Order: sequence, then C-alpha cells, then structure tokens
Amino acid sequence: MAKMTLADLRALRDAKKVDIKKRATEGKEGRVIIGMGTCGIASGAKVVLDEFLTQLDKYGITNISVTQTGCMGLCSVEPTIEVIVPDMPDIIYGNVDKATVETIVKEHIIGNKLVNDHIIDRPASDIMSDDGDK
Amino acid sequence: MAIRNYILVCGGTGCESSHSDEIYQNLLAEAEAQGVGDEVQVVKTGCFGFCEQGPIVKILPEDSFYVQVKPQDAKELISEHIIKGRQVERLLYNIDTLKQKTAKVDDIEFYKKQYRIVLRNCGFIDPENIDEYIARSGYEALEKVLFDMSPDDVIAELKIAGLRGRGGAGFPTWMKWNFTKMQQNEIKYVACNADEGDPGAYMDRSTLEGDPHTVIEGMTICGKTIGAHQGFIYIRAEYPLAIHRLEVAMAQAREYGLLGKDILGSGFDFDIEIRLGAGAFVCGEETALLQSIEGHRGTPQPRPPFPAVKGLWQKPTCLNNVETWANVPVIITRGGAWFNKIGTKDSPGTKVFALTGKVKNSGLVEVPMGTTLREIIYDIGGGIIGGKKFKAVQTGGPSGGMISAENLDTPIDFGGLSAIGSMMGSGSMIVMNEDDCIVDVAKFYLNFSVDESCGKCAPCRIGGRSLLNILEKFTSGNGTHEDIDKIKAISHAMQVGSLCALGQTAPNPLLSSLKWYADEYEAHIVDKKCPAGKCKKLITYVIDPDKCIGCTACARKCPVGAISGEVKKKHTIDASICIKCGACMASCKFDAISVH
Ligand SMILES: Cc1cc2nc3c(=O)[nH]c(=O)nc-3n(C[C@H](O)[C@H](O)[C@H](O)COP(=O)(O)O)c2cc1C
Ligand code: SF4
Ligand code: SF4
Repeated sequence: MAKMTLADLRALRDAKKVDIKKRATEGKEGRVIIGMGTCGIASGAKVVLDEFLTQLDKYGITNISVTQTGCMGLCSVEPTIEVIVPDMPDIIYGNVDKATVETIVKEHIIGNKLVNDHIIDRPASDIMSDDGDK
Repeated sequence: MAIRNYILVCGGTGCESSHSDEIYQNLLAEAEAQGVGDEVQVVKTGCFGFCEQGPIVKILPEDSFYVQVKPQDAKELISEHIIKGRQVERLLYNIDTLKQKTAKVDDIEFYKKQYRIVLRNCGFIDPENIDEYIARSGYEALEKVLFDMSPDDVIAELKIAGLRGRGGAGFPTWMKWNFTKMQQNEIKYVACNADEGDPGAYMDRSTLEGDPHTVIEGMTICGKTIGAHQGFIYIRAEYPLAIHRLEVAMAQAREYGLLGKDILGSGFDFDIEIRLGAGAFVCGEETALLQSIEGHRGTPQPRPPFPAVKGLWQKPTCLNNVETWANVPVIITRGGAWFNKIGTKDSPGTKVFALTGKVKNSGLVEVPMGTTLREIIYDIGGGIIGGKKFKAVQTGGPSGGMISAENLDTPIDFGGLSAIGSMMGSGSMIVMNEDDCIVDVAKFYLNFSVDESCGKCAPCRIGGRSLLNILEKFTSGNGTHEDIDKIKAISHAMQVGSLCALGQTAPNPLLSSLKWYADEYEAHIVDKKCPAGKCKKLITYVIDPDKCIGCTACARKCPVGAISGEVKKKHTIDASICIKCGACMASCKFDAISVH
C-alpha cells in the first residue's frame, strides 16, 4: 500500500478490527498461533510451526491459518501455541513438540477434543477486549 | 452428540500431589454414570500457576473456576454444573476477598493477577504484520496527537497518568518530556534505551519481539510533542530477533506513511534509526548510551547538563526505556485518568518482570504496581521448585538488593522496594532457595559490576575490586569482623563518590544481604562454614558409614581418585585430595554422601 492519509488509516483499522475480532467469535476460520519469541524459538517453536504446516497439509485442512506471535510470557512451558477453531474454546497449549502437533491436529482441530496434559491457562486479562473499557 | 462442556483438571505437580488424578478419574466415571459421557470432555492440563488454591478444576465455556476440589466433589460438579447448568457456589473461588485487593482494576479477572498494558499485544498479534497492530487500536494515539492534541495536552495527559520511567530510576516521564520540549533548539532527538544488560532481564527484548510498533508509535508521539524529527533505538547486537522485527516494523510503517515525511498528511516528519550496542552493561546508563550512539567509547559523563538539555551531539534529547515507550500509546488512547487508577499512588500502571531462578513457572509477568512479591512468586510463579524453602529474591539486578521472607508482603512499587533496601530496576526478579549461598550470590553480583565498570572513576574501579577481595576472603574462610566495617566504609565512598549509578549502586546486593542475612555471614566468618554448601573452600564431603553399602559407584565417578574402599566395605573420602566437585554425591543411590 502507498502512503496513507488519516482517512485511509481509519478505514484500514475498521476493516482489520473486524478480522481480528473474528478470532473470538463463532463461525471464525481457524487459526494456530505459535509463540515465536527468543524463548519459543530456542525451545523448538520453528520445528513446531513447520510441523503444523506439514500436518495440516497431510490431512488436507485448508481453512486453518498458521501464524506467529511474540512471547506469551509462559517461558517455562515453551514452545507455546494457541489454537482457535470454531465451536471450541480458545486454548493455549504448552510444551508442544513435533509429536504433540499431530495429536493436536487430529484430536483438537479435526476431532473437537482437547488434548490432555498440554493445556496452559491464559496468563492475563486483556485490556483490549470489548469489555476492557469498563 | 457434540461436546458442550470441557472440564479442565489441573495436572501440575502441586495439584497432582493433592489428588487431582483421582478427581480426574471420578469426573470421568461420574460423567459416564450420569449419562453425559459423550457431552463433556474431561482433560488434564498443565499447571494453572495457582497451586496455593489447588486442586483446581475449570469448566469451559462458562469459565467457572473451582478451587480446593476434592475427589468426592466430582458427583456434584457433574450433576449440578453439567446437567442442571448451575455453578457449584461453595467450590467457586471467593471473588470477594480478591476484589478488595484489586478493586482498582475492575476488569481484571479475579484469579489472574496479571494485567497487560505493555504486553497487550505480545503473544496475540503477528509482530511482523502492521495490520494486526493497527487493528488493535494501533497508531490511534498517534492520530490523536497529530490532529487533535497540542504538545501541552500530551504532556498534561502524561502528568495525569503519573507514568514514571521504567528503565530503573522511575523519573516522571512527563517532566522529562517537558524539559526537552522547553529547550529552544531547531534540532532535538528522541532515543530509546533497549540496552537491557542486567543478568536475568529480558522484558524489553520480549516487548520488542512481540510488539515493535508500540515503541515506534510512542517515540513518534514524543517527537511531535517535543519538536524532534529523528529518533534512535539503541539495542544490543545480541538481540537479533528483536532487531529484525524492529526493522520489519519500521519498513512497514514507512510504507504506510506512519514514519518518514509528512506523516498521515499532517506535515510532521519523523524517522528512526537503529544503533547496535556491543553489550556493555554501562552503555545502558543514559550518558554513556548517548556517547555510544555518537560513535564514541561508552563512558558515563557528569550530569548536569542532562540529556534533555544537552544530549546527542549537544542537542536536547529525550531518552526513555522500551517499556516506558510501550505505555505511551495506551495512555493517549485510554486517557491518563484511566491509567492512573491502575497500580499505586506512588507508581501508577503496571510493571513487567522477568521471573527466573528457583521458581516453578519462570516467565514474563506483567502485574499492576502494588502487587506483592508473594503473589508474584507463589501465585503466578507457582512457588519454589522442588518444594524447597524460599530464601531470597533479588530485584533490580546488580543495582538492587536481596529481599528476605520477612518482606515478601511488601507491595511492589518504586517507593516500596527502595524502602526495603532494594530497587525496581528494570524488572529482573531472581528467586533463590535454601540451596543458594547468600554470600556467593552477593559475590556474583559484585563480580558482575566490577567486570562491567568502565573504570573512569576511582571509587567504582578501586572500591568495587576491594569489596570483591573481601568477599573472596569470606568465601574462603579468611574473613574477620573488621572486614564488615571495611565493607561499610568502602560502600559509602562508592555511593557518594562514583560518577554514575553503576558505581553508586554496586554495593547494594552486598549491603542488603548483610542486613537481612547476618547469620549466614557470621557462619562464614566465625564458624568457617557455608550453610548452603556452596563455597567450596568451606565444605567437606563425607560418607555416612551407616548408610554406605560399598557399591563403589562414587569411587568410580570421582575424577581425582579421592575415594577409597573395597567392594561391599565402607568407603571414605580423602579430604586432602577431594576437589569438591560433588560428583560422588550425585552418584550415590543410597544417600550416603553429604556436605558439611
Ligand atoms: C549501569 C546502568 C545501566 C543501565 N541500563 C539500562 C538499561 O539497560 N535500560 C534502560 O532503559 N535503562 C538503563 N539504565 C537507566 C538509564 O540511565 C536511564 O535512566 C533510563 O534509560 C531512562 O529511561 P526512563 O526514564 O524511561 O526510565 C541504566 C543505568 C545505569 C546506571
Ligand atoms: S561509577 Fe563506575 S561505571 Fe560509572 S563512571 Fe565511574 S567507573 Fe565508570
Ligand atoms: S556410592 Fe554411596 S553406597 Fe556406594 S560406595 Fe559410595 S558412598 Fe557407599
């Protein structure tokens, strides 16, 4: 995109806000978000990211995107990932390795079941959420 | 039948030891027995970090948080919550007690003591995609500052917010901006301190890796406010990922016209350059940092003149820490009054800590100021690893002090930490347990300061080395009580005579530990013993003849052949040969070897 004016920026924000909110609503497209801070990468987040792409391909799943983010703050259980798929609560998994990836794809993404022993609680409340303005 | 409820049972070690597995099994059995086996899924999770209240069971999607659950509660949880859809009140965490504590932040979720302002986007957005930052109200603050607010409005908002610099000293940010703004000069600069050199600190690195745009936006707002058109980010070369993300973010911002000439058509020009540091701790000191940006050797300079008056190339320069910058856009969008309600009167807002050491859940933690150390270490950090006893926590890195168990309930803010002989510093928090020797830790920090001293002034250069020599004496059993008086005298000279805060604060870990752990120093000086078994010259390894079965494992492991004994006979260690490596102790399966 070329340089924006104020109006362009506002229009872009409004458009993207809808996208980003979709993550928390029904009927969303699925997303797998990998924590790729230095801590995550050091404990194998890159391998996990690659493995997700491979596994999703293998099962022919095309409506789930795989994206990266920074440190979720849960450094003792890196690599951490968040799985957001329709009709399921948003879940953070920790200590994810190559083997766990396939389990998550098969059980969580395809089977709508949570995966034992890897669920981690969200670290904090979000000031940006809709009710954050209280 | 589709699954409609998920029951999460904490499977962390703390909860596991209080029968969480039995709870898990009972829930499975009850769900089956009550005919909802295919409508709920029971799962075991990692630790929730709230072990004090364990075992914990959480039910989704309602997000009901049950604490101190017993195996026999499973029946009621299924029949009431799952079948009738009513929460089991008596097991719900008592929100009221917590509400009082956190009443200032009404939207905080009760069991989550963390509250994210600085890290609001970390772990949520893709840091390499500017659109995601924009979607989360990114660059909205800049819009306001460019089109709706005067520079004085911005400073007034920061003043209402009460934001204090997060780089360590806690200087009011509005005042620094105002000083720089008041200078009459065509050319001014904005600078970001991302040097982050204390051992155990990685808050700023993570912020830049996870949300680089917030720092860019904060600096641009400052540029507009004080009348500067050029910014510098000084970051250590050891942070390649943070540097990469910053470069990507700056390129995207330029492409969108959010950096560069005529930002958003407002007529305001501002751009940022990255300057790499070589990783010297002293280069985090503001005057040394500015020297280094100019291409000189990074040594501290006398102040005044302060950087706000004469900074980079003798021009007025506004320097803030990464975390300070990250707070700015939020304050502008949400308002200073909103920010001021969070935290304490002394220090509004939150603080990011890098929690490390002997704590179960090490990690990045952002909490409202005023949270206690106990809450951070036990509730968020999950307590001490391996069920050991807490000994001390060091905040403020090599400039801070050791805090003992007596002071764990101190609310943390700038004033609170100073009052107990430590300081906020940049936010490293290193937890020690009974296995750590206080004298050894003090020596570690002092050693760091001595290594990193630039050597420009005598009190720091000579004083630091002399203190270190005294600590060497203590840890090798040659200390005397006169040495304690010497420590006090030398420390005083360093505090008043050093040019920069590195030298002024270097004695802090030593002084604070002398105050709170006098016993442990006494043991080293008088008894010539190290109670934690860390100081090699003061310990001996001995084999307990009652426990030794003569398996020979230790003798084979000992690298210097100090252990003798025949098969199935008692073994002994020759102390004159032993190098105290501890290999034997680790190898004995019968717990027969101990340190004295
Ligand atoms: C030895 C030494 C090291 C320092 N290291 C840092 C650092 O790594 N990051 C930082 O922001 N401030 C550091 N400071 C503090 C800076 O001098 C300065 O106070 C701070 O960057 C100002 O920003 P603030 O007002 O936003 O806190 C250090 C100070 C000293 C004396
Ligand atoms: S106090 Fe130490 S680090 Fe600071 S200027 Fe003096 S010698 Fe250098
Ligand atoms: S390893 Fe333990 S039991 Fe075996 S010989 Fe050494 S002290 Fe004795």
